[in-house]
Amino acid sequence: MERTLKELKTGEKGLIVKVLGEKGPVKKRLMDMGVTRGAEVLVRKVAPLGDPIEVNIRGYELTLRKAEAQNIIIE
Amino acid sequence: MSLKFALVGNPNCGKTTLFNEITGSTQYVANWPGVTIEKREGKAKRLKEDVLIIDLPGIYSLSPYSMEEVIARDYIVNEMPDVVINIVDGTNIERNLYLTTQLIELGVNVIVALNMMDSVDAKGDKIDLATLESSLNLPVVPITASKGKGVKELLDRALSVAQTAASGHSSPQLQEIHNKSIIASIEEIESRILPELESEVQNPRWTALKLLEGDEKVQETLKVPVSLLIRLKAYQERLEKNFDMDIETVIADSRYQFTTNVARKVVKKKADNSDLTISDKIDKVVTNRILAIPLFLALMFGIFSITFGTIGSSTIDFVDVLVNETIADFVLTALEGAGAAVWLQDLIVGGIIGGLGSMLVFVPQIMILFFFLSVLEDTGYMARAAFVMDRLLRKLGLSGKSFIPMLIGFGCTVPAVMSARTLENEKDRRLTIMLVPFMSCGARLPIYALYTAAFFARNQTVVVFSLYILGIIVAILSGILLKKTILKGEVAPFVMELPPYRIPTLKGLMIHMWDRGKGFVKKAGTIIFAAAVIIWFLQYFNYSFQAVSEPADSMLGSIGGVIAPLFAPLGFGDWQSAVALLTGFIAKEAVVSTMGILHGVAEATESSTDLITALQTVFTPLTAYAFMAFSLLYLPCMAAFATIKREMNSWKWTMITIGYSTGVAWLVAFLIFQIGKLLGFS
Repeated sequence: MERTLKELKTGEKGLIVKVLGEKGPVKKRLMDMGVTRGAEVLVRKVAPLGDPIEVNIRGYELTLRKAEAQNIIIE
Repeated sequence: MSLKFALVGNPNCGKTTLFNEITGSTQYVANWPGVTIEKREGKAKRLKEDVLIIDLPGIYSLSPYSMEEVIARDYIVNEMPDVVINIVDGTNIERNLYLTTQLIELGVNVIVALNMMDSVDAKGDKIDLATLESSLNLPVVPITASKGKGVKELLDRALSVAQTAASGHSSPQLQEIHNKSIIASIEEIESRILPELESEVQNPRWTALKLLEGDEKVQETLKVPVSLLIRLKAYQERLEKNFDMDIETVIADSRYQFTTNVARKVVKKKADNSDLTISDKIDKVVTNRILAIPLFLALMFGIFSITFGTIGSSTIDFVDVLVNETIADFVLTALEGAGAAVWLQDLIVGGIIGGLGSMLVFVPQIMILFFFLSVLEDTGYMARAAFVMDRLLRKLGLSGKSFIPMLIGFGCTVPAVMSARTLENEKDRRLTIMLVPFMSCGARLPIYALYTAAFFARNQTVVVFSLYILGIIVAILSGILLKKTILKGEVAPFVMELPPYRIPTLKGLMIHMWDRGKGFVKKAGTIIFAAAVIIWFLQYFNYSFQAVSEPADSMLGSIGGVIAPLFAPLGFGDWQSAVALLTGFIAKEAVVSTMGILHGVAEATESSTDLITALQTVFTPLTAYAFMAFSLLYLPCMAAFATIKREMNSWKWTMITIGYSTGVAWLVAFLIFQIGKLLGFS
């Protein structure tokens, strides 16, 4: 089943299928940080005020906002 | 001729630690031309050969979108260092090698310094160095920079790479990284498109790849004509269709496939790895839903009370006495002894020493504050603070990283503006710098103390508190306004690594602190020196360059008289207030002493009863409040001004900042006075 990274709950894992959005700085930054097809992500936690979120990807901790997580398709 | 080695690596990979270890005290810190990104250089100590080490900014990639990344890649492409030392964090090979792949694409001489080997061992992981070397086709040297282990071997290997390179040894090729269809496109672009360009291409393989990737910076540099761009588009679309992703993603994906494979081959994880690391345990508390914010505030309060509380202010008093009494008296005696003219004595002692003293008193405090900031940064806490506070600041169009500068602003604007350096995005940094002066700093307190004692004796605390709140409200509204107008732009992405917690080395912290503090003294010093001399001059002479005895007769006095009507709609149109506000530029607390001089009260402090009585005849509670609001918001003091100039690195933005704050100050004071009058206050 396909979902976005934003919909994943704390402690849930998934494989990245696709990153949506136009070519440009934001998307490139995600790519450069290793958010690419096939990478496994684990949602670690949500910040105290509800945004951003912290995920574990490629063996390190990454934080991104829900607005960005919404463009990441997971299965 | 000396050799040049450049250090390249991800943020938090221990690059600066390695740089400090190699260069020791020879390092030199400046900015890269045109930007406020630090450039560090130093000579390699303990080497017979003359080697210059250049520390490039910490980066994850060589994309054209971030200033740091463009600087690093321009440096490598244009300055052609003899060897690029790529520092790779051994605990996170997969992501760190992504940058390595791009260095290989550049075709330069790369040597990999595999750092944090002590952490790898502690975790019980194994890295197969021989396989790593052969997969990358690069020399790999294991090191532990924080303990100085492996550094000598690294430099020896780098030297031999530099020597072999000179004899024409071939460097690894990008065929090993990318898949066949990408390589085919690169080769076609290289043979069919590049020859049609007017300028000669230095690095054809890399240039072809960048053109395929659609890199606008490279297109600009080469002045690629539209006809060729259309042909390039065809290559891009072919790959985009094949892989069903945009071209940048195709290339990035291909690089990551390579690094994932390499990491899989060379890293042998300890079988059981489900335990929480120490870093995870700390994080459980530090970014905990309930504890995170109280903990953050407690930490800030702690740093704040040490820096601006008893310890910090005792350093102010110490420097104040040292400069304004001990040194000033000594110099004065010496000048009198030498028979110097009275005006010269006053220029040197009153103008220059006094002016520089007003800045020097902040130095110990700034050093203390920067020490703590370095601790927060080097341990990895700063990233967590940004994570915790991001939501709140996003509403103002800022990111979580702006919170710390804002908070420091309540102590002193100077270090607050400097700490905005931790923001990578230039627009965010500018906006933060523009808002910081609205946080009511410590030097404004004497003004509040004087005026509230004179007019609001019964509820002093409430009135002072309301001024702090006023500053915050103005900052919030300004943030929203500026983000919609002159600092309009995309919301910078908040995609950030949360590095593992590390115990910083004392040496690292000291170097970090000293670099920043030294910069302040040097750069701010020159502007303050000039400003102090000019203000002294205006205060001391009249237009016929004769020394005056009455301040009203000086040039400054007459300037005050000229600009005083500007303040009439705010409720304080007398020339004394105008002059006091002008001298507030030297230091905000100077408003109090100037008011004293102009109202004929010698050695005035905020509790002088004579001065309070004098003010009560000139001001009403309403005009006093408008005056305090104006003092809070109008142009920051000279030291802050110099720092803003240095950090903005642009006269235009410095002028916009002080113009904006003074405009806002006028408007707010105007509204307070006029609306207050309408409501029947006096």
